[in-house]
Amino acid sequence: MEITPGTAYGFFTDTSVCIGCKACEVACKSWNLLEGNPPAFGDGYDNTGRLDAQNWRAVQFHDNVPDNPAVTGQGKAWLMMSDVCKHCQHASCMEVCPTNAIIRTEFDSVFIQPDVCNGCRNCISACPYGVIEQDEHSRVAQKCTLCYDRLQGGMEPACAKACPTQSIQFGPLDELRERASRRLDTLHAQGVPQAQLYGHDDSVYGGLNAFFLLMDEPEKYRLPDAANAVLPSRHNKRGYLTTLATAALAVLGGLIALRRRRARDDDS
Amino acid sequence: MTLDDAQHFVRDPDWTWYILGYFFFAGLTGGSYLLASMLRLFGKPEDEPAARIGYYVSFVALLPCPVLLTLDLGQPLRFWHMLVNTTPGNLGLNFKYWSPMSVGAWALTIFGAFATWSFVEAWTLDRERRFFPRLGKLVSFAGAPLGLFVAGYTGVLLSVSNQPVWSDTWTLGGLFLASGLSGSAALMGWLVRFRREASPSVGALALGERWFQILELALIVAFVVTLFPTGALERAFGPPWFALWAAALIGLFSGLLSGSTRASISPDGTVAVRAVHAASTLPTTLVLAGIIALRAAIIFSAQ
Ligand code: SF4
Repeated sequence: MEITPGTAYGFFTDTSVCIGCKACEVACKSWNLLEGNPPAFGDGYDNTGRLDAQNWRAVQFHDNVPDNPAVTGQGKAWLMMSDVCKHCQHASCMEVCPTNAIIRTEFDSVFIQPDVCNGCRNCISACPYGVIEQDEHSRVAQKCTLCYDRLQGGMEPACAKACPTQSIQFGPLDELRERASRRLDTLHAQGVPQAQLYGHDDSVYGGLNAFFLLMDEPEKYRLPDAANAVLPSRHNKRGYLTTLATAALAVLGGLIALRRRRARDDDS
Repeated sequence: MTLDDAQHFVRDPDWTWYILGYFFFAGLTGGSYLLASMLRLFGKPEDEPAARIGYYVSFVALLPCPVLLTLDLGQPLRFWHMLVNTTPGNLGLNFKYWSPMSVGAWALTIFGAFATWSFVEAWTLDRERRFFPRLGKLVSFAGAPLGLFVAGYTGVLLSVSNQPVWSDTWTLGGLFLASGLSGSAALMGWLVRFRREASPSVGALALGERWFQILELALIVAFVVTLFPTGALERAFGPPWFALWAAALIGLFSGLLSGSTRASISPDGTVAVRAVHAASTLPTTLVLAGIIALRAAIIFSAQ
């Protein structure tokens, strides 16, 4: 595939074929020289935990196996999803970043410039997907770069290259969206009505460059649904108006206090 | 989480002690600047000594602000990146009106100049030297709105995020402003007792403090009401945070009921002045501790 600057690229992650092998995680770590964290052992088969400064791909495992299985899982007994930065069109992280360290690249991805970021962590409070973390070595915010350096060298991102089941597909966005809707039709025709796309259109953050085919509701995968996918700036107007109203009342009260005190002085 | 609860899958920014300290001092520096300016611009000539106390408080509370903010950064030496864009090929100033952190960085910088000017002016006038006599009131007038902004924007900054609690309400800017003002009035009212010629302003400060505390109480109620439909109430008020809320309310009511700056000051002599001062130290401390507790409850419960 030829990779040309000026074209929008992204990932289509088809969770229906993810087998949880974590090849994407390993490829990401080895290309990006991320040393990783000690494994986290919970009550499932997932020992990565979640996306953070050292894990730019993290395969989620959701165990839905019923205690007394009467039917086959219909693709829902195990939900696996290789999670990643969504490279949102309306990116919350980019919106709040005060240093302009977070930029949109010539490949339409969202990139944190490590030499510009000063580690204020405003982006962490904003990203609705919990993608970014401050790295304890570099002390700046880190996340998936969509393998910016590989793209500049004409290579596809390491995770997509390594994925053995084509669950992670990389390519120009238009092409990926077509592929995704064909795949969705196939699954529906095969009697899997719960299959749904997330982030392929502009209903979530104006569209996600890394979008997903899910086998259950988005919240199951720690993805806010369309109603909850909201930008931080939604509170600017109301927040400042409340502050302004409080300021006006405070000044008014202060003036009354000065007058009343004066009246008392005059009485005495 | 129930079906209607706000969905949050965000990571904590780990804004902790430095940020708590900054929010506290930002409330005091901005709040006392406003009160000082009101005393100077709308009070009587006898209010000028109290106004100067306000400018002293504002300057002293300003000093730790940039230090705390810088120490909180992952890369403290890049603090200036808040104002200057160092992106290659895109050099220039950074200003994003839709990012409260960006606006706040500029507001603090510019307000800092006003607070410093007013401090130097108060210091000089107290030593009976002249200091740009025509500019004093103008600087106070222009600096007051900036002080209000610095005291309140920190709450908006928290809300403009996707964190639970913070982004589930729009009341935090007003709440932080009201509590910053009540703390400033309490502190100034207490300090007035060390400066006899400032005593004519005690009554106004006491009345103002109560009014700001009523506003604060109303905004706490609004905070609760806005959190209710989002399912974040338990997170904000559940254990262990209720202890901080209790401290915040004790501070609020100790100011509201007793009046940490009681207006019953005796006009004639040091003994009476000292007695009142001693009586008001505890409520003032409680009010200030309550302001820290309020901010701590909001900052820590969401993370
Ligand atoms: S997923 Fe998070 S980090 Fe990635 S672009 Fe969107 S807001 Fe930014």
